[in-house]
Amino acid sequence: MLPDTAHPGSAADPHGGGAHDELRRLESGLDALQTTPLTEKGPWRRFLDGVLPPVLLLVALVVAWQFYTVIAQPRPDLAPGPVKVAGSLVEQWNDGRLQQAVLTSLSRGGAGFLIAVAIGTPLGLLLAEWRLLRRALGPLLSGLQVLPSVAWVPAAIIWFGLTDATVYFVVLMGAVPSIANGLVSGIDQVPPQLRKVGTVLGASRIELATLVVLPAALPGYFSGLKQGWAFAWRSLMAAEIIVVGGSIGFGLGTMLQQSRELADLSAVLATILVILAVGILVELTAFAPIERRLLRRRGLTPGARR
Amino acid sequence: MRTSTDASPAPTTLSATVKPAIRIDSLGKRFGPTGPVVLDNINLTVAPGEFLCLLGASGCGKSTLLNIIAGLEHPSEGTVTVTSGSAAVMFQESALFPWLTAGRNVELALKLRGVPRSARRAQALELLDLVNLADAASKRPHELSGGMRQRVALARALAQDRKVLLMDEPFAALDAITRDLLHEELERVWRETGRTIIFVTHNVREAARLGQRVVLMSSRPGRISNEWRIDDTGPRRIESPEVSRLAIEITDQLREEIRRNAA
Repeated sequence: MLPDTAHPGSAADPHGGGAHDELRRLESGLDALQTTPLTEKGPWRRFLDGVLPPVLLLVALVVAWQFYTVIAQPRPDLAPGPVKVAGSLVEQWNDGRLQQAVLTSLSRGGAGFLIAVAIGTPLGLLLAEWRLLRRALGPLLSGLQVLPSVAWVPAAIIWFGLTDATVYFVVLMGAVPSIANGLVSGIDQVPPQLRKVGTVLGASRIELATLVVLPAALPGYFSGLKQGWAFAWRSLMAAEIIVVGGSIGFGLGTMLQQSRELADLSAVLATILVILAVGILVELTAFAPIERRLLRRRGLTPGARR
Repeated sequence: MRTSTDASPAPTTLSATVKPAIRIDSLGKRFGPTGPVVLDNINLTVAPGEFLCLLGASGCGKSTLLNIIAGLEHPSEGTVTVTSGSAAVMFQESALFPWLTAGRNVELALKLRGVPRSARRAQALELLDLVNLADAASKRPHELSGGMRQRVALARALAQDRKVLLMDEPFAALDAITRDLLHEELERVWRETGRTIIFVTHNVREAARLGQRVVLMSSRPGRISNEWRIDDTGPRRIESPEVSRLAIEITDQLREEIRRNAA
């Protein structure tokens, strides 16, 4: 590898050996002085810091809510107490509607999100690498990101009727622009120095893309995915509320709409809480751990910053 | 240590039989057809195994010249010949890949050079050991100090196994103590590996400490205004009187060049 390399500090080098060892020790000493070991929070500590405050707040809110219904005695059909809402939840669970709705919505949301990833990723790559396309399509895509995807529902119903295709179409219109834009901004933020190094190291175009640019763009891409999921889930709920009947399955949005038609506020509130909980759970179990790992490995988490 | 001033482009020590490592002939550079001239009529020959410091105030085009030698930019006129084909480069920021450990950063360079997978790990460790960082192979760049990062970058540049190593102010962002150590480290690596090194800096003492030859560039347009040869009598220290004397001489001339821009 280094044919002209003498073995550092070897016995064959009686003059340089001692000086070299000196230098090594000096260098190791300085290295030790200049690096501080990172203190990682343990899982228990992370649990206390991350989970305890929101849970405590939640409990406090529910308690306050219960106190309000007991003390102020509002009309139960306009302001049901937490016990009543919990009762509706149990009722929905017992007749199996809750499980079915969560399953339908989650599988739709998941499938829609995956399709959006499959479309948004190559689109983002194209936009990042092809200037002309970017100039032409970039503003439109950013505009689509601002446009509420519910606005597509009427058109989608006319095109696809009351089918799952309508729901998926709305979900895609919500998620694809976020994912593509996330990847584009991730690639834009790759330090030019890293590309330069890649070129100097002799990377071909493909190698530069796969070994340098894409890994470097990963954090930006990932936050695009996160936003894409949020838009997909929101769009899905909106679509399910509006599009009812036909061959469309029974999702959380459908359940929400049904409860409204029955003027059953506690069931409506129960469903809203479920939708919220699903969103939070997906964030906590799927996205947050990956993101934490991704950022920590690059020294980007606040706790690990030196 | 004896120094000699020699403004002529053809070095007298280079015998006709030894092919130069780098040959630059009447090179010019401007950015865009109407842009200002950045580099003007640069002629430079670098002998194999030579340690050359390229010195100048900011804006003299020394980094541009380095980029052209590295093949990252193209000259507007003239030619650059790197006899061994291409060169390894090290930048001011270590530019390590933050998602890879120190060891993997070096391994990536080996991979792009075509070293088979089975040999990469051992070679990367060997290279890291050369800069006294074998223990840090599994650390990520953000866990390393600035000096350690630059040493990993040096190991990565050496992993390219090119005869020529180009360095663009590699120690400019380091504190003085670390820089002093890295000078020693670099000199040792240079002596051990026999690389040809072009070291760009705006630090006069650094140039006087490291170079066998110091080439001073003037600014706007960038031209070679003078050069000093330093007889290599073994390692020297930045605090030594010889280095100081040379640094004063070079600084005086550098200031003269800068004053010329005032009018």
